[in-house]
Amino acid sequence: MLLWLVATLTFVLVRLAPGDPTTLLVAPTASAEEIARQRTAFGLDGTLPSQYARWLGAVLRGQLGTSISRSLPVTTVIAEALPYSLFLGGTSLAGSVLFGVLIGAWQARRAGSRGDTAATVVTTALFAAPHFWLALGLIVIATSGASIIGAPDWARLPAFGVRSPAADLTGLANLIDIARHSVLPLLVLTLTGAAGIARYARGSLSSAWDAPHVTTALARGLSPSLVQRRYVMRNAIAPIVVLVGLALPGVVAGSVFVEQVFAWPGLGRTMLGAIAARDYPLVLGVTLLYATVVIVSNLVADIIVQRLDPRRGA
Amino acid sequence: MKAVSPRVDARLWWGGAILSLLTLGALFGAVLTPGDPLAIGDVVGTRLLPPLTRSDVGSWHVLGTDAFGRDVLGRLLVAARLSLGVGIVGSLLAAALGVVIGATGAWLGGVTDRVLLAVGDALLAVPRLVLLLVIAALWGPGLPTVVSVLALTGWMGVARLVRAEVLGVRVLPYVEAARALGVAPVRVLARHVLPNALGAATVAVTLGVGSAILLESGLSFLGLGIQPPSPSWGNMISGGREWLLTAPWIALSPGVALVLTVVACTLVGDALDGSRRAVSAAVRTEKDVDR
Repeated sequence: MLLWLVATLTFVLVRLAPGDPTTLLVAPTASAEEIARQRTAFGLDGTLPSQYARWLGAVLRGQLGTSISRSLPVTTVIAEALPYSLFLGGTSLAGSVLFGVLIGAWQARRAGSRGDTAATVVTTALFAAPHFWLALGLIVIATSGASIIGAPDWARLPAFGVRSPAADLTGLANLIDIARHSVLPLLVLTLTGAAGIARYARGSLSSAWDAPHVTTALARGLSPSLVQRRYVMRNAIAPIVVLVGLALPGVVAGSVFVEQVFAWPGLGRTMLGAIAARDYPLVLGVTLLYATVVIVSNLVADIIVQRLDPRRGA
Repeated sequence: MKAVSPRVDARLWWGGAILSLLTLGALFGAVLTPGDPLAIGDVVGTRLLPPLTRSDVGSWHVLGTDAFGRDVLGRLLVAARLSLGVGIVGSLLAAALGVVIGATGAWLGGVTDRVLLAVGDALLAVPRLVLLLVIAALWGPGLPTVVSVLALTGWMGVARLVRAEVLGVRVLPYVEAARALGVAPVRVLARHVLPNALGAATVAVTLGVGSAILLESGLSFLGLGIQPPSPSWGNMISGGREWLLTAPWIALSPGVALVLTVVACTLVGDALDGSRRAVSAAVRTEKDVDR
């Protein structure tokens, strides 16, 4: 239901926009019949409602149409880009949650101290920094910064693409090459992601520390780490799970910029290219995929929270 | 009752100080910095000067100059007008839209409410940046597009807050009394119901300004927002990208300005949120005591 709404909304949004993709595609000298033929080929003929009905029918059958700019099925284009984005997004999300919760927990235990304040300043600044700017900064550090301090060759990280262009590597060498290329993009996404999660985790954990039953436990003489494990974490974990579900649009947005700056061939770059080329089917397909991921992950987060906290059960 | 901690005031003070300085700079900065921040003058004599240097023609550049010999600080401050303006106007419009939609839904109920909720949920499911990109790219970039797009994609949060607040308040005795006295529904809504949602909405707007400024800079960085030669922090960073290794200060300073602004908005928003909670907690405690 929600997905149908999203699909309709994006369709309306995209098709209400001025500009005709067929004029971008066919040669300026093309005849009227040629243009009409192309229009039919891309499903752009007929009235808007009939186009909508045809498109929705195809989507329900799992077909997203043909990409106008790439002349390939949209599903193929997405399938090519998806692994790159999943790798970047998945790894950085896992890292963000791990580091974010650790930092938040560390801060909540000493709320109000200098260390806590310093960490808050750092996480707030990182959270406020635009992804593309951090990415550029890291590129400067990794290239000219590394030469200034005279870093050895292996420590100079490549800033663009997934693989070294000329080298024809296989096996382990290929894996190492890809890993080296992914360090900088992952760093940007993980730093900002962890900062955001740490900010919320600190809030939810420090209010859990303030709860009366935690004070009682401490007064009984239980060790603070035992209290943290047994009483604080349990109460704070549900909001954190919800937060991870909510953090996903941020990961998507961040990866659009990061992929663009680091020339990483994932979904974000595909999306930007599709928008520039007015490739309606591809734009609609990627948007739909993003929306599905967000809706499904929020659903999963809800289910996990219900499992963790029986009070929230129906 | 828990005392309001002094940290709340510190956050408000810092955030307010940064924002006031930026606003002052945006308003009067162009007068104080050398050269026209938009015009391209004596390029050879003044281009790519590092920060804190004097050019051959004798002008003093605190943050250096860019590839066209324009003073970076001057451009930064002109861009501040656009970035702050877009952020504030965009999120105020979004909030206004949110208040109207949230109040309408909660007040009318029924099908209207369900449709508005569903549209909001659908918009929330698509990452905001993706929506922004699609709309900005397809409708053509520029200032009016950016502002309206920010408003159209930012109202959902406020709408939810207002809706919840209105639903909670509309059944209270004093609202019923107002209606029984024959006060027109719109007036009841505006005078007696909506003021309750004001606090929550203010916090949402303050935090919204920060994210709106970030999104604008992102769009401008990708070439889908404010178009050069008008400077915006986003397109200044994008322009400095070419000179990243030889003249990093061109991209560095607008980024720092962005971080400072967004941090300031977050600080003010958090501080307002904290004091709002403290106040409502205090009110609750007082009621308990009365009982």
